[in-house]
Amino acid sequence: MNHYETVFILNPVLSEEQIKETVQKFKKLLKDSKSNVVIEENWGLKKMAYSIQKKRTGFYYLMEFTSEDREIINKLELAYKRDERLMRWLTVKLDKHALAYAERRRKRLSINEKEEA
Amino acid sequence: MADNIRYLSPVDVKNINTKKYCRFKKAGIKYIDYKDPDFLMRFVNQQGKILPRRITGTSLKFQRKVSQAIKRCRHLALMPYVGDMLK
Repeated sequence: MNHYETVFILNPVLSEEQIKETVQKFKKLLKDSKSNVVIEENWGLKKMAYSIQKKRTGFYYLMEFTSEDREIINKLELAYKRDERLMRWLTVKLDKHALAYAERRRKRLSINEKEEA
Repeated sequence: MADNIRYLSPVDVKNINTKKYCRFKKAGIKYIDYKDPDFLMRFVNQQGKILPRRITGTSLKFQRKVSQAIKRCRHLALMPYVGDMLK
């Protein structure tokens, strides 16, 4: 079983519903192929360091997942390519150090959220 | 003759260890996150180029990881590929 992390940038002209729908679509794709989404983070609308497709902002979305399926990355990236609503994506495999870091990061974020709330 | 020079007060010799060190080894950091552009900004110059090891003092093992993280960060538009007066 492998651990992966994927970040994608959605087109900022989409409506809130279209964003939800796109995210749901990829979550469904993961679930359908023996994968388990561990955590998802919505970074919201962010200003990008440079423009992509003449847009200066984008919706960032992060998902961490585990998968038994060896072909999952091919499937996922093919789906990404076919979707015009996506502007950019990155998928990386997490090693043991990355996993430890991800866990600490999650804790830190949850603490921050509690303090804000 | 030179041996006979005597100073009134002891000469202030700077004995501080200014040797560079690898901050990742020292702090025990094992993973460099590509999602943290603020941290990675320390390893680029004003134009956004990756700084060499001889300036930052990073060990080879971690320099590879730093550069990988910076490249991923740039791809996701969290960090610029080219910049001017970044700092």
